[in-house]
Amino acid sequence: MTDLPRRGVGFAVGAALTCGFIAMAIVAQFWTPYDPGILDIVDKLHAPDRHHWFGTDQLGRDVLSMIMAGARKSVGVALLSVAIGVSVGVPAGLVAAARGGAADEIIMRGNDVIFAFPSLLLAILITAVFGPGAVIAVIAIGIFNIPVFARVTRGGALGLWTRDYTLAARVAGKGWALISAEHILPNLLGLLLVQGTIQFSLGVLAEASLAYVGLGAQPPTPSWGRMLNDAQTLTALSPSLALYPGCAVLLFVLGLNLLGDGLRSRWNR
Amino acid sequence: MTPGPLLAVEGLSVSIGGAQIIRQLSFRVDAGEIVGLAGASGSGKSMTALAIMRLLPPRARLSGAVHLNGAAITTKSEAELQGVRGRDIGMVFQEPMTALNPLMQIGDQVAETVLLHGAAGRRQANVLAREALDAVGLEGEAGALNRYPHELSGGQRQRVAIAIAVVLRPALLIADEPTTALDVIAQAHILTLLRKLVAERRMGLILVSHDLAVIARVAHRLMVMNDGKIVEERALDGEGPAQIRRSLRHLRHPYTRALLAAAELPVKRAAAAADATAAGEDIAPPVLEVRGLIREYRRSRRSLWHARTAFRAVDDVSLNLRAGENVGLVGESGSGKSSLLRAILALDRPQGGEVRLLGELFSTATGPRLKRLRRSIQVVFQDPYGSFDPQWSVERLIAEPYHLMDAPPGAAERRRRVAVVLEQVGLAAADGLRYPHEFSGGQRQRIAIARALITEPAVIAFDEAVSALDVLVRAQILELLGELSQRLKLAYLFVSHDLNVVRAIADRVYVMLKGRIVEHGPTAELFSSPQHEYTRALIAASPQINPASR
Repeated sequence: MTDLPRRGVGFAVGAALTCGFIAMAIVAQFWTPYDPGILDIVDKLHAPDRHHWFGTDQLGRDVLSMIMAGARKSVGVALLSVAIGVSVGVPAGLVAAARGGAADEIIMRGNDVIFAFPSLLLAILITAVFGPGAVIAVIAIGIFNIPVFARVTRGGALGLWTRDYTLAARVAGKGWALISAEHILPNLLGLLLVQGTIQFSLGVLAEASLAYVGLGAQPPTPSWGRMLNDAQTLTALSPSLALYPGCAVLLFVLGLNLLGDGLRSRWNR
Repeated sequence: MTPGPLLAVEGLSVSIGGAQIIRQLSFRVDAGEIVGLAGASGSGKSMTALAIMRLLPPRARLSGAVHLNGAAITTKSEAELQGVRGRDIGMVFQEPMTALNPLMQIGDQVAETVLLHGAAGRRQANVLAREALDAVGLEGEAGALNRYPHELSGGQRQRVAIAIAVVLRPALLIADEPTTALDVIAQAHILTLLRKLVAERRMGLILVSHDLAVIARVAHRLMVMNDGKIVEERALDGEGPAQIRRSLRHLRHPYTRALLAAAELPVKRAAAAADATAAGEDIAPPVLEVRGLIREYRRSRRSLWHARTAFRAVDDVSLNLRAGENVGLVGESGSGKSSLLRAILALDRPQGGEVRLLGELFSTATGPRLKRLRRSIQVVFQDPYGSFDPQWSVERLIAEPYHLMDAPPGAAERRRRVAVVLEQVGLAAADGLRYPHEFSGGQRQRIAIARALITEPAVIAFDEAVSALDVLVRAQILELLGELSQRLKLAYLFVSHDLNVVRAIADRVYVMLKGRIVEHGPTAELFSSPQHEYTRALIAASPQINPASR
């Protein structure tokens, strides 16, 4: 009881950070202070001022606009990759828990195979084979979300299948698929929301990592990872250039994790 | 000089967060005396036990005085109290599984208490542990000291818990619902053991229980608690059941009377039941017929080279139910009752035999025929909390079996019919809009009954449907069930380990042991002249307040 307020603060900070970044991504869809694609070599490496709050980079692009456009890319890739994980992993987990036996073995051993690969390395392999780009990044990150959601779903569902209300539903003539849809899935939503938040933050990190090594979104599409890479060569000249995208990744991931933790403790109460 | 009381409690009050849990409680316990502390859940009886040990939750505030052998416990520091607990006062809790450490051999667990109190060295502690386990009746077990809790039955685990509590020969033992989690036979053994230990060691014993019958069986004195106060106190002198009955009859407080009436369930009127059976036998075909049912579970292989073996949970069971007849199925835990029920409900496929419902083969039915037959048999489960999806409204939950209909009623008609069954079980039509968590355990069981009624079945199966309920609520639910059966011509298959409950509701009884039906017959006959030795043991073990009706 006494640690409730503290937990509430973490949750509030996480929610605020997450909402802030998502709002930024939505705004960037329609408006940014400057077009992040336009170069203005004359104004390069500008210090922050009234016109350019975060300054400009080595090609004279407005850093704030690039951070905003990068947030859009980051949220988009992470959201889609979580969607892939949920849309394949959750049904797989539900089937594994409901059917048991051979179906369970096949699905869960398939998961183990995916888990056995180091995820980021394989994502690099996939992008190396199919060429870099945002779509490939989404798929590469999404594949590794599948076993995570399958396991979480199966574990939660197995617990729910021992409840008497699933027996009551069977006595009411319902089959496993209907029971999974009506009774199991709705009771797992909280659990999946928590896991989704955490996978979302991992997706943001993965997107930044892929872009950093040049395998994510390609120029001129702005991305936090590539901004970091560009800034790396200029650390001596303008250290703040690395600070903005670095802080963006840090704060967004921190916010998502705080939100996930907050949701988890609320769910477990 | 007369010796003072072993335990003297004076003006004990406990409050938690402003709520008064115990109010100005005063009582005493003498050496060699068993005091029964009865009351419904929430009456403060468990809190009293914890208050004596000073094991209250951190925010609880305690006032008043507790003296053990003349020394005040209430003024002792936490460090001093640790010396008292386990050495001067022993305690046994309800759940024997969670009270023991699953990773420790039981001999070591008993010895640990001795070592913790520094009462003896390692070697001497083992000797004491051995003696304690002997005293609780585990001496016949070869190598009992070296066994782990999971290798023991519930009753044996409770014996170990008692051994831990008495190994240092405490002056006072507090037992909080020590037999509630056990079946009747194990319960009878534990009660006998407690009584023997008290007599041999001149211990004081406070026995906390919601069941007056349990207390009447062993206690010298009864105290009834309600709302944090003792509302009735009476000596249960004399060992004979007749005296106990007489002294209980003099209980005056209305609350005690309600508790007593609830514990002393009326026996089903045998005459009316016999008529129905006799008349039914000629005309009505059975609504439910089970023939030679076998249910096996595959055991996992012992090793790669061993063939898979099967465990036969239900072995060649035959039984039948006629329209409107209430049939009890009794047996201790692990006798295969639940496996049989699942097979009867066509939730598991049997390995042999058949189940016929309304004359049609149910056990192997599939598709539309299975769906149609399912309308005729519904079920009420034990756990009033796990029986409902917490996210569904009561109306949606009750209407769930409408899935079995070829043409489920529309929303308005559905609401009307749900209102009808809700009123049949004594709830209001408006309750349909609420959610399960807003209801108490007894109300939830009513909702479960409403759900079973909605398809107008011929048979309802009850799996320990009243075992999780408080005695007062249990009596109300049983009354409701009897009335519904008469009015709607419902047949019940009532599975329970509690003979008192079965006797109150069943016309006929089947007794199950190790997967087989060992005896069956009309309730009155079976209880008055049980043939099988297991039935006799069950009846003897079952605690009774009203011995004349046995």
